[in-house]
This record gives sequence, C-alpha cells and structure tokens, in this order.
Amino acid sequence: MSEAGTEPTRTEAIASSWTTAIVREVDRSTAGFVRLRLEVADRQDHVPGQHYVLRLRAPDGYTAQRSYSIASDPADPLVELMVECLPRGEVSSFLHDVVEVGDELEARGPIGRWFVWGGTTPSICVAGGSGVVPFVSMLRYARRTGTDAGLTVVASAQTRARLPYADELESAGAFIALTRENQPLPDGSERVAAHLYPEEIAALADGVERAYVCGSVGFVSFVGRILGEAGVRSDMVRVEQFGPTS
Amino acid sequence: MGITRGFTGGARRGGDTRLPPGQYDTGAGWPVLSAELTPQVDLDEWTLTVDGLVDRPTTWDWRGIHALPPSSYFGDIHCVTTWSKFDTTFSGVSVDALLQVTGVRLEATHVFATSTTGYTTNLPLSDITDGKAWIVWEFDGKPLTAEHGGPVRLLVPHLYFWKSAKWVTRLELRDHDEQGFWERNGYHDRGDPWLEQRYQGDA
Ligand SMILES: Cc1cc2nc3c(=O)[nH]c(=O)nc-3n(C[C@H](O)[C@H](O)[C@H](O)COP(=O)(O)OP(=O)(O)OC[C@H]3O[C@@H](n4cnc5c(N)ncnc54)[C@H](O)[C@@H]3O)c2cc1C
Repeated sequence: MSEAGTEPTRTEAIASSWTTAIVREVDRSTAGFVRLRLEVADRQDHVPGQHYVLRLRAPDGYTAQRSYSIASDPADPLVELMVECLPRGEVSSFLHDVVEVGDELEARGPIGRWFVWGGTTPSICVAGGSGVVPFVSMLRYARRTGTDAGLTVVASAQTRARLPYADELESAGAFIALTRENQPLPDGSERVAAHLYPEEIAALADGVERAYVCGSVGFVSFVGRILGEAGVRSDMVRVEQFGPTS
Repeated sequence: MGITRGFTGGARRGGDTRLPPGQYDTGAGWPVLSAELTPQVDLDEWTLTVDGLVDRPTTWDWRGIHALPPSSYFGDIHCVTTWSKFDTTFSGVSVDALLQVTGVRLEATHVFATSTTGYTTNLPLSDITDGKAWIVWEFDGKPLTAEHGGPVRLLVPHLYFWKSAKWVTRLELRDHDEQGFWERNGYHDRGDPWLEQRYQGDA
C-alpha cells in the first residue's frame, strides 16, 4: 500500500478496533506543540493524509477521544503525531502537559479515505498552522518514493516559531507564508508579513489537478476563494477543518 | 483497556446522561466540518427533488417548500468527531410532509441524499420517516448559514451528523442500499451515536 501511485480503495480492511499505542518519544521543542512518536500494536499501513483517534481513559471509566493526523511516512516504524496544545483543551493539554515516554494510550486508525494523497495526482496542499501535519506525511512519503515533483506544499502561520516542522518544510521546498513576521527570501529580498496573496497561490497552483486545504474554518474558506481565483475548481478541492468553533 | 496514567478527565467532563458514549458537550460552539469547500447557493435557483421509488416525483423551489406545513426540531445533535450540541432548534419541514406529497412506493427501503456539491449519504427509509427527519433552513430562528449547510440541509438528529447532508438538493428513494460519500470513505453505514457506530466495522 505504500508504493507510489496507489490510491486507497474501498476494499481495504479498515481499522475497526482499538489497539494500544506506546509512547516512545515526546518532543516539546516547538512551543505550544507536542510531537509524539508512538509504537502502535497490530499496526496497519496508512496512506498520507489519514488520521488516528486517541482515547484517554480515567480511573472511573470516563473517556475522551480526539482525532490526530499522522505526520509520519508509512515506512516509518513509529507513528508520529503533532498536537497543538489548546488552553484547557481536554485531550491536547493532557498530551502536552502529562504524557511521558512509556505511557500507553488507546488508539484507532488509520482512518479516512478522502483527505489522502497516494503519490500520483499533481497536487497543491495549503495548510494553516497545525493543519500542516497531514502534509508532512505526504512530503515525507513523496521524498522517499521520488514522487515529490507532483506535490507542492504551502504553509501559513503567524510566525515561524508557531509553524511546526518549519525547518523540514523549508528544506523540502515548501512555500512558507508568515502573516505577522517578515521573511528573508533566497534572492536576498523579503516577503513582507501578509496572508497568502492570490498571485502567490496562482503561481504555485499552476497545472495541479487537486488541492488539499487543511486548517481553521476561516482559513479554509479564504484559501478556497483564492484557489478559485487561480482557476482551481471547487470540485478539485479536498478540505479538512479543525480549529476554533465560530 | 487500561487506564491512561494521569488522566482524570478535563474541562469537557460532564457525566451527562444526554451524551452518547464517547461524546462531549461543545457548549455554545458549533464546529464546522466538511470535506469540501462551502458552496454559495442562490435561493432563486435552489430546488429540492424527491424522486426514485415514489408515485409522484416532485421538485420544490424556495417558495414551494415554504408552502408546506412548517415543522421544527428541538433537541441535541451529535457529530462523529465527538462533539454533541444540546438544545438546538432547527426549522423547516418534516420529510414526512414531502413524502406525503410524493407518495412512497412499496418497494422503497432506502434513501440516497445528494447535495449541490455532489456529497452523498445513504439512509434506511425508516430513519427519515415518522417524525425523525427534516429539511431545514433555520437554526435558532435565523437563516442557516452556508458553512452549516445553508440555505437548506437535511436534518436526521438521531444519527451522527454526517447523515444530515448539508446543501441537500435531492432525496432519491431506492429498493436497495448504496454507500454515500463518508460511508465509502470508512464511516459506518447507519451511524447511530447511542450504539457508537462511527466507522465501518463497528457493530
Ligand atoms: C480529522 C482531524 C484531524 C486532526 N488533526 C489534528 C492534528 O494533527 N493536530 C492537532 O493539534 N489537532 C488535530 N485535530 C483537532 C483535534 O482532534 C482536537 O479537536 C484538538 O486537539 C482539541 O481537542 P481538546 O480535547 O484539546 O480540546 P477540547 O476540550 O475539545 O476543546 C476544544 C475547544 O477549543 C477550541 N479549539 C479547537 N481547536 C482550536 C484551535 N486550533 N485554536 C483555538 N481554539 C481551538 C474549540 O472551539 C473548543 O471550544 C484534528 C481533528 C480532526 C477532526
């Protein structure tokens, strides 16, 4: 399933039961985020873009479960997640503040067949903040399988420090747009702090057959608009939304 | 399974018996989830068609659907991504009122709902009849916003909310079941939140 060019099909077995994930690495080096690397028992291969559901269980049986996109390549022996810590967020703040190496979590996945990239369709991926996570999996997969020519990743965040995987994205050739910080560009000039402009997207979306957009509701509708102006039809756009409720 | 070390339940913890298993109360919030961009649907062009295994296939326009007897739902809604929202009010018409106009052929067992975006979802006929489903255009007394499925969405509140197709434009009655968009993409065919039927493979 992790070969280039394979799109998932409906005949694949789907992760229908809960399993155990042992936390093997915990990294809090990006402020406000925790990167977890998990060893998942009876793991099934994922397609870049899919997610896991994590479930926490209190001593009295109370549970809380939330979805987290996979950041790792399917060939990675561990499953990597990147979780943004929301103040008072029930699950994210627990993962950020409490979880340690060796802890066991309940996990179910991989889930989702729509927001996935199998390596064949020339695509642009546009992320706002933590929305970049599924695209990190796509990029890692594309680089390993040599299919990265078909994948353009655009990541937007307020500041570079608030963009998880900023260095990795940059060295993989992703376009980064910061809205509250000027950025030096390779040609010695500067990109002035601003939201993505239509001309930037238009240049990057040239020739794509599909667009993936992941981020908050406001971000997704903004990007949908500028993609439309760049000639990307709405039926070419796949969306995943998470973030604050309106 | 085992207890999660250090977890006692956070701010979302309610212990409310109104919550189906694995759900939390989202309070005043109403998260937006969709797989596609939000379409802008022009009310002058909007129509809803009920066809397939009915006696009189019928298409309503915006005025026509308002001529049917109004009906409201007051209660809770549940999303598969684990939030539930209590005490919502949606207004529009009951699906029963539409089926009264079209009639239902004896062979009909399922309904396939389609949206202007091409989104689809499948339901047993028994899940949209007898006061269980609505076609709605108002939320809490105001026009339903586009991001929440406006101008008009299907409402089937006793099932997970992906069954309540946003921007619905057609209900086709059929004599067999066929998976819709999320059902083909790994989600459950029926989606009863009280049985926690989230994904394909759940009982
Ligand atoms: C398919 C899918 C994939 C996801 N992938 C990821 C991922 O890779 N990384 C990740 O961090 N999260 C991801 N999420 C979101 C995640 O599932 C949780 O919603 C999030 O961690 C908050 O849960 P919580 O229990 O901490 O907060 P809760 O206790 O549920 O509280 C959430 C509250 O915070 C608000 N809120 C939610 N998100 C934000 C935000 N970004 N900024 C400000 N306010 C917010 C909500 O409106 C709500 O009021 C994904 C969600 C889905 C559906």
